[in-house]
Amino acid sequence: MTKSVGDEIIRIIAEQAMVDEREIKPDTSLEDLGLDSLAQVEVVFGIEESFDISIPYNANDPSESEFELSTVKAVTDAVAKLIEEKDPA
Amino acid sequence: MTAARRVVVTGMGVVSALGTGYAAHSEGLREGRCGIKPITRFDPERLMVKIAGEAAQFEGEDHFDRSQMALLDRVSQMALVAAAEAFDQSGLEVDEATAPRVATILGSAMGGLTTQDQNYYIVYHEMKNRVHPFIVPRLMNNAPVSQISMKHGLMGPAYVVSTACSSGNHAIGQAFHLVRSGAVDAAVTGGAEAILCFGGMKAWEGLRVMSKEACRPFSKTRNGMVLGEGSAVLILEELEHAKARGADILGEIAGFGMTADAGDIVQPSQAGAARAVRGALNDGAMNPDEIGYINAHGTATAMNDRVEAAVIHEVLGNHAEKILVSSTKSMHGHAIGAAGALEAVATVMALREGIVPPTVNHEEDDPDIRLDVVPNTAREADPRAALSNSFAFGGLNAVLAMRRWDGA
Repeated sequence: MTKSVGDEIIRIIAEQAMVDEREIKPDTSLEDLGLDSLAQVEVVFGIEESFDISIPYNANDPSESEFELSTVKAVTDAVAKLIEEKDPA
Repeated sequence: MTAARRVVVTGMGVVSALGTGYAAHSEGLREGRCGIKPITRFDPERLMVKIAGEAAQFEGEDHFDRSQMALLDRVSQMALVAAAEAFDQSGLEVDEATAPRVATILGSAMGGLTTQDQNYYIVYHEMKNRVHPFIVPRLMNNAPVSQISMKHGLMGPAYVVSTACSSGNHAIGQAFHLVRSGAVDAAVTGGAEAILCFGGMKAWEGLRVMSKEACRPFSKTRNGMVLGEGSAVLILEELEHAKARGADILGEIAGFGMTADAGDIVQPSQAGAARAVRGALNDGAMNPDEIGYINAHGTATAMNDRVEAAVIHEVLGNHAEKILVSSTKSMHGHAIGAAGALEAVATVMALREGIVPPTVNHEEDDPDIRLDVVPNTAREADPRAALSNSFAFGGLNAVLAMRRWDGA
């Protein structure tokens, strides 16, 4: 499950950053990919649509958000947690 | 060479979250009353953000009959009520001879959004194949301007200005230019916005810049903007024209500055906003040390407030920390295309009454701001001149410079 979540997140981020998926590693930061705050909002939206979850993200002050959007791994872990909370196994 | 024509305010009318009418709006500003509350005019259940500055007590049915209502979106209803009050106060009479010398220029970012929202629901969700015949004349962006022009017989230049959050200031600036240049003798101007419908809120939620709790401009704890709605209409007149008919002069529009950042679609630019503030001061032939009050754009987003404070320090220099700076959006919400107009009314009030409206919901000073933001309680002061800032999405900046009217 987590693997496919990770793959899907990489797909969404790669599409937004306009880079090849293979260039994206777990420790890649969204900022280093050139994703500014507006692009990050689009990534959040893409993830929400793909997994049918609601992400607590405040673009006004991302550092204050409950959702961490620093690296690909942080995003994947947070999304996995949200999916888990939505459909407890 | 004749002296430059001066432009004064002789009437004001308001509908806002603080109430209907100038008396209610200005009383709310003086009391530091917060008009932002849980949404009541539609079901907010599926919204993430459930608060707004609704003009909750404003019902079109109280002002218009059924046949009139068929042609009026809420945005036009509020604009007409504000305009009627402004005309009443000003006593300006328009007849066949003078009508071509009166302009009508309003700001509105999103026009009849509620009408669009309701009718898209009807055709896409309810799958109906027919809508009411007047949907287009209700929803078109110029509807409030056309309705005011028809109601009061105003036959001069008439158009709507749409520059997002700066629409109101751009409209007042355009009206100011027309009166000052001699193209017209008077102008009915301001802004109107009614975006508090389900689809409107959802669109804004998408940007994720709204607070779920409160609008706290300049407070370290601020966490986003809160939408509002309403209309404010001001009657501008050439000074001699106003004097000749013995009008009560409420204040003077002295200068206007407008610029484009040519940068980012949502992030503000310090350089672009600073050029607009400087432009307004230069146009009004004002020195920084004359400014006693600034009605800030003050949206309560982390970014706007930090950049706006930097702009004020940059342009006003050493004088910046002596100026009272408040965001009345903390009380009436961000009424987008009406914001500049509601705030122009607040600025005229501060100059005229010597009471500066506060920035409410202030919890904690932010070291990035370093301004006297008039926290939580209105202040007695004696500003002779003031600025009112608007910095819109899309990088469009518009700043009004105003003076107190001292009878000369």
